[in-house]
Amino acid sequence: MPEAATFPLFPHRHLLGIQHLSPSDIVSLLDRADAAVAVSRQSEKKTSALRGRTQINLFYEASTRTQSSFELAGKRLGADVMNMSVASSSVKKGETLIDTAMTLNAMRPDILIIRHAAAGAAALLAQKVGCSVVNAGDGAHEHPTQALLDALTIRRAKGDLSKLIVAICGDVLHSRVARSNILLLNALGARVRVIASSTLLPSGIHQMSVDVFNRMEDGLKDADVVMMLRLQRERMAGAFVPSVREYFHFFGLDEAKLRLAKPDALVMHPGPMNRGVEIASEIADGPQSVIQEQVEMGVAVRMAVMQALLDPRRNEAAA
Amino acid sequence: MTTTVFTDARIIDPSRSLDEIGTVIVADGKIHAAGASARNQGIPGGAEIVGCRGRTIMPGLVDSRVFVGEPGGEHRETIASASRAAAAGGVTSIITMPDTDPVIDDVALVEFVLRAARDHAAVNVYPSAAITRGLKGQEMTEFGLLGQAGAVAFTDGRHTIADSSVLRRAMTYARDFGAVIAHETADPHLSGGVMNEGLYASWLGLGGIPREAEIIPLERDLRLARLTSANYHAAKISTAVSAEVVSRAKQDGASVTAGVAIHSLALNEHDVGEYRTFFRLAPPLRNEDDRLAMIEALKNGTLDIVVSSHDPQDVDTKRLPFADAAIGAVGLETLLAVALRLHHNDQVPILRLIDALSTAPAKIFGLPGGTLKPGAPADLIVVDLDHPWVVTETDLHSRSKNSCFEGARLQGKVLQTVVAGRTVFQH
Repeated sequence: MPEAATFPLFPHRHLLGIQHLSPSDIVSLLDRADAAVAVSRQSEKKTSALRGRTQINLFYEASTRTQSSFELAGKRLGADVMNMSVASSSVKKGETLIDTAMTLNAMRPDILIIRHAAAGAAALLAQKVGCSVVNAGDGAHEHPTQALLDALTIRRAKGDLSKLIVAICGDVLHSRVARSNILLLNALGARVRVIASSTLLPSGIHQMSVDVFNRMEDGLKDADVVMMLRLQRERMAGAFVPSVREYFHFFGLDEAKLRLAKPDALVMHPGPMNRGVEIASEIADGPQSVIQEQVEMGVAVRMAVMQALLDPRRNEAAA
Repeated sequence: MTTTVFTDARIIDPSRSLDEIGTVIVADGKIHAAGASARNQGIPGGAEIVGCRGRTIMPGLVDSRVFVGEPGGEHRETIASASRAAAAGGVTSIITMPDTDPVIDDVALVEFVLRAARDHAAVNVYPSAAITRGLKGQEMTEFGLLGQAGAVAFTDGRHTIADSSVLRRAMTYARDFGAVIAHETADPHLSGGVMNEGLYASWLGLGGIPREAEIIPLERDLRLARLTSANYHAAKISTAVSAEVVSRAKQDGASVTAGVAIHSLALNEHDVGEYRTFFRLAPPLRNEDDRLAMIEALKNGTLDIVVSSHDPQDVDTKRLPFADAAIGAVGLETLLAVALRLHHNDQVPILRLIDALSTAPAKIFGLPGGTLKPGAPADLIVVDLDHPWVVTETDLHSRSKNSCFEGARLQGKVLQTVVAGRTVFQH
């Protein structure tokens, strides 16, 4: 793995969202992540980049895949990783986010990874602790490492992202993944489309530098990347869409719809998938699917982010 | 007989459209004379003389929308602490909201507020009472008896009555007693969000509250006001369209008045910034076009009055993620200085501004203040309209410190607050 010094010093203390990142910040994280992929593919996967550092994963929402991805990333970098399981913690007893943050902060971690149902939770935490904070998803706000791993997956398959047509399909309204991806893909010059029924689109979507479509048949045309979003079960029965079968009929990705995209279009999904709701099984497991690569890139991106935030040159500069 | 004479002051009295240099003579708690002509009246022997060169005297402000914590939430604000905050802000009369625990929906509770005010308050405290029992939007309260006990208005406070037939009957019944129904309009089903709906909320991932959440019940209410001929007051409007529909109802001859919270005149949705919970307000901060429309509506009189909507919340309920944080901000102490921005920016003439802060609310709710006419109670303030100052949390008299203007640079300071001839605050 290349020395940290070969990458530019990351100019942020926290990773709260894509919004405050410049295109060069993003590219340098992707470059770091490329190098981290190689580490994960070696038989000896452990490095000492973060040896002696403490990472705490604070997950208020259950998330097997993101939490284990962060955990593995930390361990591969040699950090000591602690998982705060909210189900058995004092959070259940009514302790506020800030009090929990202060308590954890007193244990002197180097980096806190937080997943929370409330938008802005990561930013609130970052104000109150002395260590770096990584947003692993805050409500419908942002999920920056997901957008980075998506970009890495696309870049490794397609090369340059600029000029690619990326269609983001499904529940954009409630999706932090969609917001982070819209910001990141635009920053790197891709052409972003969103495709959903209008009940699943946020107010102001037309001002978000995206082309908006309400029909998959229109929006998928000539797409280089088809990014499906998860539709939460509680939103399927009448509140935002009338039924699962109507949703799948019009917005589920099946072979007929995918044929409208470019023949070599990538199919992506942040997981966990609802097979037969937003995506047909044969597509999810088909040749164009890069869903498993996304998982692999997830570990690499999280290694890259943590290394960038805990760059030893930062301490030297401070000292 | 105690007499105080304020000399050489600029006197602003919207009740007489008066803005001139002159003298104010206060005797036995009442205004004896105020204006240029009072200079010639001679100063009675033994009178206290206060030189006011370069200063302005105006009637004390009348704030018709003040949430207190007493009874039930005294850790947030008591009637006494709210009245100290009011005095410091130049507010000499407040109308308290019934959203307390218990709710002010019974004669004994109106009497409780008045007793607490008599014993502890520095300014005039007028209770409002609930329109419906327990603010539940179902059964009418005893408007007649509550009015006799001292309730000056009826309002369900932060709540909007969803059942149109309940509201219609309340308005019809209130008319017989000449009572004012003051109503906040926020459709509960459309108000599921936490800030103004739009691009900004969408990027923050916060649920939006569309303008229609306010406009739809407001239009309904104004229809009912025409139908029932009730005295209806739209308590806090925030959108350009709301001002239009109020204006139309007034043109139709309905007995309708409207108020705006100071926040809706001074701030917009971008002040929420990165999830600043002190800016979670009801109605939510709208965009700049709405703010400018509110200023225009204030200037042209569509909006009759300005309120602080003072709503003390303790730190614990604000130090939370935005969507979980309590709604509301304190505002009594900054009301005048923030409103004076509109004067300093030449957006609203000073007479109209002070009318909206003092004379008009006194008239709408039938209170004795809001004027410097001879014979009126000597509720007045001495102000340096240009004095610059910075709001600091530690200087606030309110028990809660959730001010939207912490650190703000304001221009215009209350130097002295007089209630019924007695000085209750001095800078």
